[in-house]
Amino acid sequence: MERRKFLKGAALGGMVAATGLPTLSRAQSRTKTLRFVPQADLANFDPIWGTQYVVRNASILVWDMLYGVDANLATQRQMVESEEVSADGLTWTFTLRKGLKFHDGQPVRTRDVIASLKRWQQRNSMGLMIRDIQVSIDPVDDLTFKWTLKQPFPKMLNALGTLGTPCPFIMPERIAQTDPFKQITEYVGSGPMSFARGEWVPGAKAVFERFADYVPREEPPSWMAGGKRILVDRVEWVIMPDPATASAALQSGEIDWWENPIADLIPVLQTSPDVVTQIADPLGNVGSFRMNHLYPPFNDVRARRAVLMAMSQQDYMQAIVGENPDLWKPMNGYFTPGTPFYTEFGADIFKGPRDLEAARKLLAESGYKGEPVTCVVAQNQSITKAMGEVTADLLKRLGMNVDFVATDWGTVGTRRASKAPPDQGGWHMFHSWHVGADCANPAGYVALRANGEKAWFGWPSDENIERHVREWYDAADAAQEKTAMDQLNKAATDCVVYVPTGFFLQYGAWRKNITGVTRGPMPFVWGVDKT
Amino acid sequence: MYGYILKRIAAAVPVFAMVGLFVFSLLFVAPGDPAAIVAGDQATDADIARIRAAMGLDRPFLVQLGEWFWRLLHGDLGNSIFNSLPVMQLIQNRIGPTLSLMSVTLLIAIAVAVPLGVTAASRAGTWLDRGIMALAVLGFSTPVFVLGYVLSFSVSLKLGWLPVQGYTPLERGLWPWLRNLILPAVSLGFIYIALIARVTRAAMLEVLQQDYIRTAQAKGLAQRTVLYLHALKNASVPIATAIGIGVALLIGGAVVTESVFAIPGLGRLTVDAILQRDYPVIQGVVLVCSFTYVLVNLLVDLLYGVLDPRIRY
Repeated sequence: MERRKFLKGAALGGMVAATGLPTLSRAQSRTKTLRFVPQADLANFDPIWGTQYVVRNASILVWDMLYGVDANLATQRQMVESEEVSADGLTWTFTLRKGLKFHDGQPVRTRDVIASLKRWQQRNSMGLMIRDIQVSIDPVDDLTFKWTLKQPFPKMLNALGTLGTPCPFIMPERIAQTDPFKQITEYVGSGPMSFARGEWVPGAKAVFERFADYVPREEPPSWMAGGKRILVDRVEWVIMPDPATASAALQSGEIDWWENPIADLIPVLQTSPDVVTQIADPLGNVGSFRMNHLYPPFNDVRARRAVLMAMSQQDYMQAIVGENPDLWKPMNGYFTPGTPFYTEFGADIFKGPRDLEAARKLLAESGYKGEPVTCVVAQNQSITKAMGEVTADLLKRLGMNVDFVATDWGTVGTRRASKAPPDQGGWHMFHSWHVGADCANPAGYVALRANGEKAWFGWPSDENIERHVREWYDAADAAQEKTAMDQLNKAATDCVVYVPTGFFLQYGAWRKNITGVTRGPMPFVWGVDKT
Repeated sequence: MYGYILKRIAAAVPVFAMVGLFVFSLLFVAPGDPAAIVAGDQATDADIARIRAAMGLDRPFLVQLGEWFWRLLHGDLGNSIFNSLPVMQLIQNRIGPTLSLMSVTLLIAIAVAVPLGVTAASRAGTWLDRGIMALAVLGFSTPVFVLGYVLSFSVSLKLGWLPVQGYTPLERGLWPWLRNLILPAVSLGFIYIALIARVTRAAMLEVLQQDYIRTAQAKGLAQRTVLYLHALKNASVPIATAIGIGVALLIGGAVVTESVFAIPGLGRLTVDAILQRDYPVIQGVVLVCSFTYVLVNLLVDLLYGVLDPRIRY
């Protein structure tokens, strides 16, 4: 009797298995699905409320923007058909393309755009600048709106096409009216893919489906600009916290595209005949070692300069990317190497052999007498961990008394926001990194600002830096922009607003049957096909 | 019996309350700020402060604790700070893979470990016994993630027999479900096999010295019958205890196993929530885990009565 029961059960299981498999495979064969492993989990999905890069990268699928940056870092029209600025530069008139629709079938109207821009303005540094000089933003009709300012803002299009978070994504008015400090709960987009909310399992999976009614531009796609034609039916974001698992899954064909494989696994992937590895983003990343300008010793520019004088970018970069020289470059200044306005003006201190003796002397002149220096280092991020260890060694060689606080990124995130003295829960230094796209010019480069209380963590204060930032914003042409950025680079170096630890690149990896992958600061799915 | 069950459930209520208070307090004093994580790297401290206020995290400890307990009494675990989804829904989404993993692991572990322990005891002192015990030591000593990577590399990547990662719900068929779970379950079950095999051996050795075993052998019963029907039944109480204790090991091991095999279960939910300081999710998961543990212990206690009729409540 027992045996019969078992056999019945086994037969039933076999039937279930037999019926399950073909159904699944038939369904899969009908749908072209791109399985993608992103850099991190999509833990929330409001690109204004949560400004993590991973949220932005998912949001570019679901929400479109008025303008988009192309591969030449030029801002191009996207949802906008045309724009016009008055001779005095005080009135901008924008006209939307016809036929644009949200994922719920409703047309995109100017009131949606205005509500979206108003929400974005409250969270984006350029948006805030515009808001400060704004008279009004009014609809003319369903496709045209007018933006009136108190003074000209020549970088208007840069602001509307920014890649820096938060981006001005266009949402339906009812959603965009949500307080920017509260999360939206409805994900109706204007972009080329819709978000399959029912399939979203935070920490595991997010699914995007091609939006059939999306109207792409006629131009060829180029980063965030041009025709965003989706060639697959579904994009499944599969969250894999373990790089070794992602590597094995890519090699076995269980996933198609891995956004940022770690450097240690690249040699393994390069031996696989079915996998392509390439530098993912030519604009790379800028390593950052940030000091607290509010407290000694780093409230004295001589102490900051001592560190800059002694540090070796090569040490930092090799700690992050290993021995592969293709994966890093020195950067003699603050802007992303390889971008149009990259400059080394006024940044001689970065160049040449490191002078430890002179640095020690300068540190002594700053009045440093061996007080503990609190270095907060996130150990669960390989990049910050590597940089933290190099910094600890550097400071010890400089003769500093290092209080090395090994912790996790979540704690660093809290502690760096504290303005308390370092021995009372504050800090002296932490490490981070900025994507190169944000460091190409002052537009989205919050880490470069030195406006004191309003500045990024460390709260540097330097009138020269702020003056040159304003000059860049006011620049009427490329020559003026170049001059402003040269001066800004010099001022940032003189002030040591932070220590750039170098420019580094990361690989992306995908299966050979995936075509159309573009090198860029985020994973662009348009134009990507799976054969 | 029913009175006993009710008493045990009633006794568990203060345990849950203490667990809840402990977890809530611990998270409150722990460093880290979900608002800073949400705000992202470009945010200023003013942005972070506004987000923190919007989340209600700037309110006094007792206010937050009171509100949490009040909601809990109404069966509401709250919403995730990060995605606003109800914690109960997040747990429901994730509990299936974890229960599947634990069930398959238990089945494999019991199916392998009990015969190994019985065999070791019946051949005590022989090379076979020593070999099985050496295997048990290896099982205790091998970290879950090491075995996971070795199996993933050899069985999945090189041989292509089973998938590297992922989870398929049972609704999609028995084999699709099972094939995703075999390697994780073997990895996770290795230590468990070692534990149960050792306990089974020890319990069997004691029982095999009893007079009734000698009597059974003397009356000519087959060795297998003596071992599995007479001896094992009487040795089963400590084995059941070990299995119950091992559930705690499984919950802990699931965290690592789910990461290595990219299984979207409760373990990964917990780790993600801790790293993001998603307090309501951490609190909800810890409560569910403590509830599961209390329930398993209750079931084990009740099982004693089934395994040994002399035990009555």
